[in-house]
Amino acid sequence: MLETIWFLLWGLIWGIYFMLDGFDFGLGILLPFIARSDKERRVIYNAMGPFWDGNEVWLITAGGVTFAAFPTTYAVMFSTLYTPLLMILFALIIRAASFEFRSKIAGLSWKSFWDACLFIGSLAPALLFGVAFANIFRGIPFDNNYVFQGNLLTLLNPYGLLGGVLFIALFLVHGSIWLAIKSDGNLQLKAKTAASSIWIFLLVVSVVFLGCTWFATPLYKNYLGNPILFILPLITVLALLATRLFIFQNSFWKAWTASSLTILTAVLFGIVGLFPNMYPSSIDSTLSLTAFNSSSSPLTLKIMLGVVLVMVPIVIAYQTWAYHLFSGKIDEAMLSSKESY
Amino acid sequence: MDPVFLSRLQFAVATLFHFIFVPLTLGLSILVAIMETRYVRTGNSEYKKMTKFWGHMFLINFVVGVVTGITLEFQFGTNWARYSKYVGDIFGSILAIEATVAFFLESTFVAVWFFGWNKLKPGTHAICMWLVAIASNLSAFWIIAANAWMQHPVGYEIRGGRAELTDFLAVITQSYAITNYLHTIFAGYVVAGFFVMGVSAYHLLKKNEISFFTKSFRIALVFSLIFSISEVFMGDIIGKEVAKLQPEKLAAVESQWETQKGADFSLLLIPDEKHERNSVELFNIPNFLSFLAKGDWNAEIRGLKSWPPADRPPVTAVFASFRIMVGLGFLFILLTIIGWFKRNRLESSPIYLRIMLYSIPLPYIATLLGWIVTEVGRQPWIVYGVLKTVDASSPLAGSQVAVSLGAFIILYSGLGAIAIWLMARHAKHGPETV
Repeated sequence: MLETIWFLLWGLIWGIYFMLDGFDFGLGILLPFIARSDKERRVIYNAMGPFWDGNEVWLITAGGVTFAAFPTTYAVMFSTLYTPLLMILFALIIRAASFEFRSKIAGLSWKSFWDACLFIGSLAPALLFGVAFANIFRGIPFDNNYVFQGNLLTLLNPYGLLGGVLFIALFLVHGSIWLAIKSDGNLQLKAKTAASSIWIFLLVVSVVFLGCTWFATPLYKNYLGNPILFILPLITVLALLATRLFIFQNSFWKAWTASSLTILTAVLFGIVGLFPNMYPSSIDSTLSLTAFNSSSSPLTLKIMLGVVLVMVPIVIAYQTWAYHLFSGKIDEAMLSSKESY
Repeated sequence: MDPVFLSRLQFAVATLFHFIFVPLTLGLSILVAIMETRYVRTGNSEYKKMTKFWGHMFLINFVVGVVTGITLEFQFGTNWARYSKYVGDIFGSILAIEATVAFFLESTFVAVWFFGWNKLKPGTHAICMWLVAIASNLSAFWIIAANAWMQHPVGYEIRGGRAELTDFLAVITQSYAITNYLHTIFAGYVVAGFFVMGVSAYHLLKKNEISFFTKSFRIALVFSLIFSISEVFMGDIIGKEVAKLQPEKLAAVESQWETQKGADFSLLLIPDEKHERNSVELFNIPNFLSFLAKGDWNAEIRGLKSWPPADRPPVTAVFASFRIMVGLGFLFILLTIIGWFKRNRLESSPIYLRIMLYSIPLPYIATLLGWIVTEVGRQPWIVYGVLKTVDASSPLAGSQVAVSLGAFIILYSGLGAIAIWLMARHAKHGPETV
């Protein structure tokens, strides 16, 4: 029971991470295509400014609870995904640096350099996280010594890449909507156009992904065994449709909420389908790591459950306060202040 | 290439680099919070100017600390999979608590503080900086508690081929966790104090913004004086604990080869690891080592030779790092005491100011050497007495780790160079009018 609760919490924390940092990734990827002037670029940076760091801590927490609650999964997952994981971390480093360093020097080439870093630092994690999760759904080729039988290209198989493209599309829509919330005038219009056109692409990718999932993974087994669970992907579909409707109505906060729900439930759809597996082996299914054979001792799970049940609501409360505090549009006054990116 | 050696090297690079930025965060967050509190209390805009100037420096430094911390957390899994599996039940949970209890607070409020100058009342804004300061210092506690468990594992039992938690409170309240925590944050306070004094000295030498930098210098001076003295006391307490809990580390720290009652302390000593002796031992203080380590002039000190060579830590690196660290620690006390007497005529003490300017790197060096003593001195164990480092690595190919190590070095050098350049540029430029 404790293991099951932890499995769901684990999925939930990853879901919250992608829901929050997802709009940062989307905006970073969108930046070179949508911003035509330094002012527009700065609107995008400052739209993420007060949030990206707090969002990224959800990744640290996701990593931390994997370590704490499922140490064997943590050990095997992180060591077998060595190269892509380090690439993600390096990308996150240059992304953070571009936020903090870009505004410190006025030169044009300095700024373009950091714009390129932001782009790569957003695109690479979005793609690689998608690739990684899609591959986990399929199963990872690791043997009984927990050695990964393959290389980076093994992971870049069609289904894996499709997962990557799905993540990018989800985040692009999410980020465009966030920009529509935080900007006005021409930039807001561009953001809205981007959100609604990428949404169509997202819809196509989602349908293809769900179809391929049927053939490439055993993910639907849990749903067929327990049809009530189909409510989860149903919410995803409804939230995705609602996103489009709200964009059309210029209700960007509602659209962003719907898009958040889409990402959160899409991640949970995968996680619930995976259960009880956390890190299945495609070489021999008896080697697969599950919530039950890779978990910590009951005492640790109980203590950590207490910590998480107390602390996470507190974290959500003050992060919500921070989002509320900086919910306004990025205006001239903000951009001309020294306390901005 | 040996993947274990490369992984150790990679971890050393990543940790030491991370710990160039962390100590300044620990101390400067408090100094900036003190400055802002004075601004709120007095309404004197010079303190606001001070808060912004030092706060700007804090933020550049902060972000590098943050991003290099993430790679550390993930490296336990990527490069030390067998370690993670073996101790995750205890070690992993402490790291996870750090993220939920401290790191969220720090990262959320540092952004609120930076972007919130015009959105919050001055008092509330100052509270945000205090939250950042408290959270970063709280975060350090969990990290050091986790490390203390590697030095002296408690509250666990080996079950089913791994260490399982039996007593959580024992893990986080053991004296090693507390003393090493205080030693670490005090080191951070000295780093920050010397940093602020050094930058202020630069401007005082140029007769630039004298009132502003005299005030900054004095705040940092009081801070450094208190904590450089406390730091040496903490060091003494930890030395005695090491003597009790990790005797081979103590033997390496002092390069003591023979087991001896009433062991002497040599002021000048050069270890000769190959021949298991010291090639130079000069200026002996009789029985002083026994007194330092055990508080008893005739106590027995176990020598390195009483352990098989495979169970001894590398002596020269640990010994030299320790000696230099301690020497620097006393130098910091000396420099801050001199500063105390010169505090009212700083501008007319150019030689002292120049020394303080060039002393900025010294506390950093002392801190990094401290980590070398702690970590190298624990070898060959990764968890003292429980798990050896060679048994803790991931099943990776050497080439894989070699490539990532190269990437770490290139990326971190670039990142470090840019951050230090930006900070130096801002430091030289001086405060903006507010």
